[in-house]
Amino acid sequence: MKIKNVMLASAAIAALAGTVQAENVLKWGANRDIGSLDPYSFGDSFTINVLNHVYEGLVRYSRDLKIEPALAESWEILDDQITWRFKLREGVTFHNGNPFTAEDVVASLTRVSDETSPLKGNLPAYVSSSVVDEYTVDITLNGTYPLLLNDLTNIHIFDKEWMTENDALMPTDAGAGTEGYATYNANGTGPFIVESRQPDAKTVFVVNPDWWDEPQHNLDKIELTPVNSAATRVAALLSGEISFTNDAPVQDLPRLTAAPNVKVLEGVDLRTVMIGFPFRDTLTNGEPNPFKEKAAREALYKAIDLDLIQQKVMRGKSRTAGATIAPPIPGYVEALDTVPGYDAEASKALLAEAGVPEGMEFEFNCLSDGLVNEEQFCQAIASMWSRIGLSPKLDVAPRAVQSPKRTNGKTDVYTLGWATLPLLDSYSPLLQIFHSKTGNAGVFNWGGWSYPELDALIDAAGQELDLEARLALQTEALQMVKDETIMIPLHQQPMAWAVTEEVTEMPLFPDAKPRLWFAKMGGGS
Amino acid sequence: MIAFLLKRTANAVFVMLAVALLAFVIFRFFGDPVEMMVNEQASLQDRIELRERLGLNDGFVTQYTRFVTNAVQGDFGVSYRNQQDVMVLIKERFPATFELVLVATVISLVVGIPAGVITAVYRDSRLADMLQLGSIIGVSLPSFVVGILLILAFSVSLGWLPAFGRGETVDIGWWSTGLLTPSGRAALVLPAVSLSTFQVTLVMRLVRAEMLETLRADYIKFARARGVPTRRVQWRHALRNCLMPVITLTGMQIGNLIAFALVTETVFQWPGMGMLFIQAVTFVDLPVMAAYLLIVSFIFVALNTLVDITYAWVDPRLRDDSARGNG
Repeated sequence: MKIKNVMLASAAIAALAGTVQAENVLKWGANRDIGSLDPYSFGDSFTINVLNHVYEGLVRYSRDLKIEPALAESWEILDDQITWRFKLREGVTFHNGNPFTAEDVVASLTRVSDETSPLKGNLPAYVSSSVVDEYTVDITLNGTYPLLLNDLTNIHIFDKEWMTENDALMPTDAGAGTEGYATYNANGTGPFIVESRQPDAKTVFVVNPDWWDEPQHNLDKIELTPVNSAATRVAALLSGEISFTNDAPVQDLPRLTAAPNVKVLEGVDLRTVMIGFPFRDTLTNGEPNPFKEKAAREALYKAIDLDLIQQKVMRGKSRTAGATIAPPIPGYVEALDTVPGYDAEASKALLAEAGVPEGMEFEFNCLSDGLVNEEQFCQAIASMWSRIGLSPKLDVAPRAVQSPKRTNGKTDVYTLGWATLPLLDSYSPLLQIFHSKTGNAGVFNWGGWSYPELDALIDAAGQELDLEARLALQTEALQMVKDETIMIPLHQQPMAWAVTEEVTEMPLFPDAKPRLWFAKMGGGS
Repeated sequence: MIAFLLKRTANAVFVMLAVALLAFVIFRFFGDPVEMMVNEQASLQDRIELRERLGLNDGFVTQYTRFVTNAVQGDFGVSYRNQQDVMVLIKERFPATFELVLVATVISLVVGIPAGVITAVYRDSRLADMLQLGSIIGVSLPSFVVGILLILAFSVSLGWLPAFGRGETVDIGWWSTGLLTPSGRAALVLPAVSLSTFQVTLVMRLVRAEMLETLRADYIKFARARGVPTRRVQWRHALRNCLMPVITLTGMQIGNLIAFALVTETVFQWPGMGMLFIQAVTFVDLPVMAAYLLIVSFIFVALNTLVDITYAWVDPRLRDDSARGNG
C-alpha cells in the first residue's frame, strides 16, 4: 500500500515535470528573413520589427499603439525648448548581464546617427546627446520638434561596453567592405534573447527570464523561419510545421479559413494606397504635361470606379479611402474621408476643360512586388482611364527596377503606399510626400510639386509642441492636399495573418508588425 | 599536350571574363541598391552619399576593373543586405546546394539506369509503356509544379515529410551536413526527388537509346550464341558499354543541377546558394549576385575544361591541329 502510494506520487511528479517541460514554441513562418542581427545595418522595417523582440527603445507602443515608457521612465522638455531630458529606468540589465545606464543611450544614439548609418533619417531632428547622471540623458535637437518620442520608438538601445569590447561602436558600412560583430550577435534588454541564427533558415529566440517588465505572453521560444514561397507557407501552416505567419496570401484565405486547425486573422492595414501625378513641364515622352492643371487630376480621379476596385480586385477586403491617411492616424478627421464618386461624363468634361488631347499617352508606373494586388488594380485603373479617352501605358516591374525611375522623374503617373511608419502620425506623409523637395523634406515628392502655403503649414506643425494645435495644422494641410487632388487616395489595403489552433492569442496590429510579447499559446504551463 | 592545356585554360579564362562583363551589363538594369538599403526617412543627400560610398557613381570600366581585380583575389566584397562577407555567405550555403545536387544525381542514376534498361529490353511490355509515359510527364512538368505537388501529397495530406527547410544539421569543420541526422535526411527527400525528376528521365532515355543500339551489336549476339545467360548479357555486357555517355552526361549535368536547384530551393526554402541568389536579386544585392554568377559559371567552365582535357588525354586525335601537324 505504502509502496503504491510512493509510486503514484512519483508518477504524479513525473507527469507534473512533463507539463512543465512542455514548452510553448511559436514557429513563425515569415515571408522573408531578417537581413542581419544588427537593426542599424539596413533600412528595413521588418528587420527592425523582429529585432524589437531583442532590443528596446526608450519608449514603445502599447497594445493600442499609444506611446508609453520603456527604457525611459519619464521625460520633460527643458526651458530652451530643444533639449529633452529623459529619466531612465533603473535596474534594467542587458542579456549579457551588464547594467543599462545613460552611457548606453548616448552610445546607441551616436551609432544610429553616424554618417554611414542607413537609419540616420529615423532621427531627423537629432543633434547630440549627453550624460547628465547615471540614469539621466539629455537629447538636443535642431529646433522645437514634437515627434521625438515617435522617432525613439524605433531606435534600439545597445550596450556600450559590449559594443566597445567587440569593436561595434560604429554601424557596418557595405561601402567600406567591413563586417561587424553586431551582424552576427545581439545583446539587448528585450523580452527575448537570440539563441541561434542560421541566415535564410532559422533564427531562434528564447524568453528572457530577467526582463524588467511583467510578461504578457507565455512563450518560451520563438523560431523564426523564412518561407518565401507563398504556396509552401500555406502548406507548412496546414501541416502544422509553422504555427504563425504574418503573411497569409490573399488568394489562399478561403482555403485556410476552411481548414479545421487554422485561424485566419484579417484586418485593414494602415497603409493608404495612392496614385501620384507628375508636376513637371513635360511628360516623359516630351509632350506638355496636363497634370499640372487641377482639372486634369480631378478628371482622372472621377474616372476611377472605387467601388468596383474594392469589390472585384480587392475581393471586398479593402477599405475605400478618401483621405491620404487611415482613420487611426492622428490628424485624421472624417471630413477628409469623402470620395467624389465615379462619374465618367464629368471626367470627360474636366479633361476638355484642361485641354487634354484625345488619346493622350502617359506612363503609369506600378510595382509587381509592392502593394496587395497592385498589378490587378493598376490594370483595372488603366482600363478605366482608357474609357475616358486616354492612353495610359502600364509599366509593371519589381520595386528594384521601378524605384530609380520614380525617384529620378523618369515616369509620369505612379502608385504609392504610405503607412505613416515609423511615426504613426500624419506628419509623416505631409513631410515626406507632400512637402516640396528641400533638405530632409519631400523625399517621396516624386511628382515634384511645390505649394508654399502647404509647406508653411507643415513647417509650422513640425515645430508645434502642443498636440491639439499641431494636429489642427496637419488636418488643415491634409485638407489642402485633398482640395488640390495632389494624389488620388484609393484604399487602405487588407492584411491577413494566420495561426494554428495552439496559438490562443495573437493581437493583430494595423501597422502590420507582429508583437509576439503579447502572444499566448495553449498548453504548457 | 602542353600547348593544348594552355589553350584550353586561356579559353576558360576568357569565358570567365566575358561572364563577368555580361553580369555587369545586366546589373545596370537591375535597379538601384541604394533605394533598397535606406528606409523611408533617409534624405536625398543621404542617398547620394551612400551611392558615392558604394562606388556606384564610378564609370563602368572602373567598376568592372575593380570587380575583376578583387574577384581574382577571392574578394567579392560585403553583401549590402546581410552586411557579411560574400565569400563567407556562399561558403555557408554551398554544402546545402551540393548535398541536394548530389542526392538528386544519385536518385537519377539509381532510378534512371534500371528504368532505361527495362524499357529497352522489354520494349513492348506494359511496364515499359508506363515508364515511357512517366518519363514524358517527368520531362514536361516544371520542377516547381512537381515540388508543390510533392508538398501537397507528402506534407499536407500524409504528413510524412517536412514541407520546407533543411532539418537539423551537423557541422564538420566549415561543412554543414544534413545527412547525419534523421530530420536532415527527411528534409532532403522531397527537394531531391523534385530536383531529380527531369534528370531521371534524361538518364532513362539515354540508357534506353544506348541499350537499343548495343543490343544489336555483334558481340552481344556472339555472347548469346556462346550460351551466356540473357540476363547477364543484358545487365553486364550491354549495360557496361552504355555507361560511358551516361557518366559524361551526369558529370556535365552537375553544373546544370546547381543552377536549376535555384527553383527547387525557392519552393522548399532550402538554404542553399540559389536561395541566396534569389534574395539578392530582390534586394539588388550586387556583390552577392555577381559572386553567385561567377561561381556557378566557374563550375560550368571547370567541368567542361576537365572533360575536354580528359578526352584529349584519352584520345590523341582530339588534341589541337598543331600537335597533329608536327606528329
